[in-house]
Amino acid sequence: MDLFPLFNSLRIALIAVAIVFFLGILSAYYVRKCPRVIKGILDVVLTLPLVLPPTVCGYFLILIFGPTHPLGAFLYSAGLQFFMDWKGAILASSLVAFPLMYRTVRASFEAFNEDLASAGKTLGLSNTYIFWRIRLPACKSGLIAGTVLTFARALGEYGATQMFVGYTSKTATISTTVAQLWNAGNDKQALYWVLINIAISTVVLVIVNIFESQQKRRAK
Amino acid sequence: MSIKVHIIKDFPGFSLKVDFESDAKNIALLGPSGSGKSLTLKCIAGIIKPDCGYIELNGRVLFDSENHINLAPQKRKVGYLFQSYALFPNMSVKNNILMGLHSNKDKEEKLKILNHFVKLLNIEEILDNYPHEISGGQAQRVALARILVSDPEILLLDEPFSALDAFLRNKLQMELKGLLKKYNKQTILVSHDRDEAYLLSNEIVLVDAGTTIVQKDTKELFKDPIYLKAAILSGCKNFSKIEVIDEHKIHVVDWGFDLKFKKSISSDIKYIGIRAHYFSKDKLDISEEIEVMDITEETFNNLVRFRFKNQDKTSDLVYWKVDKDIKVDEKTKKIYFNLNDILLLK
Repeated sequence: MDLFPLFNSLRIALIAVAIVFFLGILSAYYVRKCPRVIKGILDVVLTLPLVLPPTVCGYFLILIFGPTHPLGAFLYSAGLQFFMDWKGAILASSLVAFPLMYRTVRASFEAFNEDLASAGKTLGLSNTYIFWRIRLPACKSGLIAGTVLTFARALGEYGATQMFVGYTSKTATISTTVAQLWNAGNDKQALYWVLINIAISTVVLVIVNIFESQQKRRAK
Repeated sequence: MSIKVHIIKDFPGFSLKVDFESDAKNIALLGPSGSGKSLTLKCIAGIIKPDCGYIELNGRVLFDSENHINLAPQKRKVGYLFQSYALFPNMSVKNNILMGLHSNKDKEEKLKILNHFVKLLNIEEILDNYPHEISGGQAQRVALARILVSDPEILLLDEPFSALDAFLRNKLQMELKGLLKKYNKQTILVSHDRDEAYLLSNEIVLVDAGTTIVQKDTKELFKDPIYLKAAILSGCKNFSKIEVIDEHKIHVVDWGFDLKFKKSISSDIKYIGIRAHYFSKDKLDISEEIEVMDITEETFNNLVRFRFKNQDKTSDLVYWKVDKDIKVDEKTKKIYFNLNDILLLK
């Protein structure tokens, strides 16, 4: 059995998590500081990928990065191809998973006791120091929850990926492979990949649970 | 030591307009909850930016809207003790305190300062603990240590005892009083508790509904609050409208009798007040006939509510706080008080 889809899915999910981790934190932080109206608009825009059908997200990616569109063509000429390439799946997964990170982190930023940041300021700590050493550690559980959700979502991404990069021997992910095998009537192979997917997701969830119970014990 | 605060800040449904200047060592901002006391402290610390105004600390301008000066909180040298103490949960007590010395790069000196204040505040034993492992009283001491090591020019104490139970509160109030005595810096205490303000300040600035009402020496303020609102905030319970008849005589409108003073009465006096524990069964300057309405037993005294004989029926009952060993009942028909104990209020 060719394990490429497993390798491909994992690298796509991990890179997507790395991107979304920072983008999610930064947008959650700065959107909170925006004036009310802009905040409302940005919040809707940033959450849209969560409620839109993933195929619509894929369509938007084609609109922007497709070879017949200016940006896509420019990137292609610069040697960077996303459309119908495994790197495109990173974009698809990041886009679809982004709102999960953004919303989870925003919720934990909102629950953050601003007095802690104010106290840091009056003690002379720089805003950057406060952000990385006080605000983020205090929101740790939200960050972890967001990261895990992002990873799980990115790993399971199907619709946008299928639209944007399709299924080829170089772009196959676990989810597109399952669909492809089932379409081809290869139910047994499809089941293997389903089991692999379940195994990975279970391991991730177990790790999260262990981590959470450790946190709780420490909090006592 | 001197602080000057003249600020205006509009919020939806609330506007803050605070004015005071003081050289007093221990100032208290006293006022009911939601009157803007904490907001004032946050403006001084630079956490909230006033719409306009001027803040000066020891000759240093911290905020001046006209000249576009707005120092960052980091540069104001202001120590802020938060109501919640705001200890960083991810750091040990020791590291929390070291945050106050973050800009000091000399390791040896850092430890020296740390040890000094750790000893002063008696927290040697919890240095390695985390904030969630220590008690409320300890948390307050740690927060104070963290501020004191940073050597601020002024200490801002934001309702420091509101999160504690009564027993611990009294103990820590006495502790803080001792500490403030030793610590030669200006402090501003925010409180809604007149006893706390009395204990921990030598000057009081009364704040109500976002506005400063009166600023006065603490003892003077309780003796002569000048304004009706100030008298209410200082804990006085009994008030009546008055009419000035002549220079020495007033008619007490709600209570239905006249009073004659030796001193002359200013024509802008509109109310009088008398504290509930200034009434007596023993003979004093003035005697009035009363009708006792009810008696409530409190922890260490009885609270009697009565009506003067000619009192306006729509006005509030008068409170009389009386020792439990003094017998007062429905048959008590006479009450005494001193003219000196009457607060003359604008």
